[in-house]
Amino acid sequence: ARPYLKEEKEENKMNSFNLIKTFLSRRGAQPGQQERGPGRPRPGSPRRKQTECRNRLEELQRQEQSRASGTGKARRERDGRASLKKQREPPKKDKEVLGKEETRKQLKKPRSSSSLASSTSAGESMSEEELAQILEQVEEKKKLINTVRNKPWPMAKKLTELREAQAFVEKYEGALGKGKGKRLYAYRMLMAKVRDWRQRPAGRPLSHFGSSVASYFIFLRWMYGVNLVLFGLIFGLVIIPEVLMGVPYGSIPRKTVPRAEEEKAMDFSVLWDFEGYIKYSALFYGYYNNQRTIGWLRYRLPMAYFMVGVSVFGYSLMIVIRSMASNTQGSTSEGESDNFTFSFKMFTSWDYLIGNSETADNKYVSITTSFKESIVDEQESNKEENIHLTRFLRVLANFLIICCLCGSGYLIYFVVKRSQEFSKMQNVTWYERNEVEIVMSLLGMFCPPLFETIAALENYHPRIGLKWQLGRIFALFLGNLYTFLLALMDDVHLKLSNEAKIKNITHWTLFNYYNSSGWNASVPRPPLHPADVPRGSCWETAVGIEFMRLTVSDMLVTYITILLGDFVRACFVRFMNYCWCWDLEAGFPSYAEFDISGNVLGLIFNQGMIWMGSFYAPGLVGINVLRLLTSMYFQCWAVMSSNVPHERVFKASRSDNFYMGLLLLVLFLSLLPVAYTIMSLPPSFDCGPFSGKNRMYDVLQETIENDFPTFLGKIFAFLANPGLIIPAILLMFLAIYYLNSVSKSLSRANAQLRKKIQALREVEKNHKSIKNRATDSGETPKSSSNSATQLQITKAEPTSHSAGQTQTLDKKAQDPGTSGPASGMRLPASQLPPGSQPLEVRPDSSKPQVQTHPWRSAPGKSTQRPPH
Amino acid sequence: MRLFYRYQDLAPQLVPLDYTSCPAVKVPYELIGSMPELKDNPFRERIVQVFSEDGDGHMTLDNFLDMFSVMSGMAPRDLKAYYAFRIYDFNDDNYICAWDLEQTVTRLTRGELSAEEISLVCEKVLDEADSDHDGRLSLEDFQSMILRAPDFLSTFHIRI
Repeated sequence: ARPYLKEEKEENKMNSFNLIKTFLSRRGAQPGQQERGPGRPRPGSPRRKQTECRNRLEELQRQEQSRASGTGKARRERDGRASLKKQREPPKKDKEVLGKEETRKQLKKPRSSSSLASSTSAGESMSEEELAQILEQVEEKKKLINTVRNKPWPMAKKLTELREAQAFVEKYEGALGKGKGKRLYAYRMLMAKVRDWRQRPAGRPLSHFGSSVASYFIFLRWMYGVNLVLFGLIFGLVIIPEVLMGVPYGSIPRKTVPRAEEEKAMDFSVLWDFEGYIKYSALFYGYYNNQRTIGWLRYRLPMAYFMVGVSVFGYSLMIVIRSMASNTQGSTSEGESDNFTFSFKMFTSWDYLIGNSETADNKYVSITTSFKESIVDEQESNKEENIHLTRFLRVLANFLIICCLCGSGYLIYFVVKRSQEFSKMQNVTWYERNEVEIVMSLLGMFCPPLFETIAALENYHPRIGLKWQLGRIFALFLGNLYTFLLALMDDVHLKLSNEAKIKNITHWTLFNYYNSSGWNASVPRPPLHPADVPRGSCWETAVGIEFMRLTVSDMLVTYITILLGDFVRACFVRFMNYCWCWDLEAGFPSYAEFDISGNVLGLIFNQGMIWMGSFYAPGLVGINVLRLLTSMYFQCWAVMSSNVPHERVFKASRSDNFYMGLLLLVLFLSLLPVAYTIMSLPPSFDCGPFSGKNRMYDVLQETIENDFPTFLGKIFAFLANPGLIIPAILLMFLAIYYLNSVSKSLSRANAQLRKKIQALREVEKNHKSIKNRATDSGETPKSSSNSATQLQITKAEPTSHSAGQTQTLDKKAQDPGTSGPASGMRLPASQLPPGSQPLEVRPDSSKPQVQTHPWRSAPGKSTQRPPH
Repeated sequence: MRLFYRYQDLAPQLVPLDYTSCPAVKVPYELIGSMPELKDNPFRERIVQVFSEDGDGHMTLDNFLDMFSVMSGMAPRDLKAYYAFRIYDFNDDNYICAWDLEQTVTRLTRGELSAEEISLVCEKVLDEADSDHDGRLSLEDFQSMILRAPDFLSTFHIRI
């Protein structure tokens, strides 16, 4: 798959004119091939470039003859084709060869199988070679179908070509017995539809608010996809087996509501707090039994629970890192923008997605200001004013913000402590029960605006200011989350210390119950009803419930903020504007802006809570999926109906990886507490899949010892030896260091090469300006593009081409094809993996120029555009 | 399919439902330019002209489809660069000259900049992107410049 991708990349980089050229020559080639087939009708032949066409035809026929002599038997047909490939390669242009190889690789398997099948059935009328030819043609047509979208033809031409090609493929594909292709095609269409659906919710705000708001929705959608996978994992491997095959509800104490809570267990207020029946359901950790295997499948549930918990983190880590890597690969041309500041501003600053007049107004203003800014920058680059005051203000602002952070952290710690006291008391009010969540949500609501006002002191550039703002809110959320976790940990330790006592009580109760005097010893007593057994507090479920509540309250607060803060405000402003003393829309309340940074951070932290909580509450991911789905549509609606676009329209293309980095950090931070609890806290003795074990990870050892053969167990024990692990870690560090230094040196080489190219361009400029004065103006573009080709592709050919002659075109097309990509273009590609795109682009973009100009300058000749 | 309905919505009296029977119907520029996707675009006139066959801004369905396939996210970079060049080339002489640049700046800023500022900007752009010092940008110059632009693909994109 690797070379295929590479080729495709190169192909994409090819100029569109090159495509035209290629296509024309291919059209020239097809009649030649088809003459050899048994009388196939060939519709239109190209009216242009007759000579080239004829040349190619002759060439092909010559090859055909040589091949016919070379291939004799059916067994050897593959070798024959290989040699044919070799023969054909040199005369053809690089483009075509690339394309051929690509399709060949793709379809090697079906081809060989089908041709083998046909060779065994002697009744086949066609010979091997004809078959191969048809296959080749089919592939070419298929390729045409795939690439027809990329060609700058008018639609009518595209359509006719496409129909022709499709008809051809259908006709001969059926004959060759490749029915599989059709099914594959249907599958692909299905996937395309799915992709289309996935893009739809982001589509509408995308076209109205510019790309920054859209990036939030794309992020949300991506998150939804990740959560769906996690949900499938947990639901399919843990919840469903437990519900289907586990011991039913009410059979053992951990699956039964205790007697004391029983009469209230179905009340809505209790259920709303995730107590009662919900607490003792498969949504939470405590429900799961510690039987090693369940059901007739002998499904090892505790093991599965553990592995799913680990793989949730594994999958998330993998996918976050993968998308980060693909993002960095996408943005190759970094650090080069300083060359073309004004050009980029002029040609790419308009966001074509904007379809809303307000956004457009803002965009105009921002473009104007940016132009003015860069003009001012250009005129006077350094003018610092009163640096001491700015510095003082910035220090002050940071101090204030740190105070805020500490205050909020303490507040949360205090509240969590208080809630622990409340939880011991009976009959607490609703407010006291939900104090933690309310305080956290309020902090999340009011601190960011506070930060924003403080940040106004600092007088940063808006983009840097946004980064600071994001960082501060991030610190706030993180601090809050970790304070919450620490307080929760205290709680857990408290419960753990209580647990030993309760364990004794439980044993004692059971013992007493069975040995109570005054009962006939010969009659066995009925076992104690599960609801009556005293039990421990099950700290895992308690933690899970906390996370569940936090998630739900967070969701509700988000929705209520949207409803009150945006929708009601928008309605108020809209309808009261008719009878008010000042202009509400322009003045004070106005409409709300869509707060991208806050929303993204909220999403990230919510995801962090999901990651942390999903080990203790398997149902949490399901709730989160619902939440994301609803908020996708709800926020979409809210944005469309009641928000105005930003005043400063800034681009979001760069901040994608910033968000991803934050997400990765949060993922790592949420991994820590879970790993801590798994590795060093004893699980509750009477609930959950790991009850009765010393540590949660004991389930792994148990499985290895009991279910695998003994030598495997020995191997694992050997692997877990510290003497082996420490060297492995050392080795990893060394590898990281090595790779890091390699990448550094590569990037240095990249920079040097770029400098070299810059220098070359300068030389070329001077050279050309001299030349320009000497030569006629009509020759200018030609010679310039030629010299560009010379410089980039090391000495392709030092000839000067005359204008519209087909000979030149042919030569030109062949020469870079053979020498250019082999030596000049591939070299930078292999040397500089990530940042080399601009290097390769230049030869590509300069080369086809030669072919372009005759076509552009003589529109009378161009037959690409048939008259309508 | 969706595009066709959009196209038809633009001029329900002109475009028959059964499109195949009379494919030569054109929709005038005024209607296309007032599409919500285009109506705020400072270059809408150019876009429509470039994609219409005879340069007068009236489009057939084929032209219309062309336009949105180039502007869609699936179109390759080079194709987009080519059409972007044609859009910014106001006088259709296959070069972006200083006059074209002035037009572009004026449209982008709605004439908020003064004449000196505009000329300064144009000078700068020519200085940066013009690799052969002939005082105008050829397609080659334009492509080598635009292909390095980080957000060209994300901004030169219309979603329908």
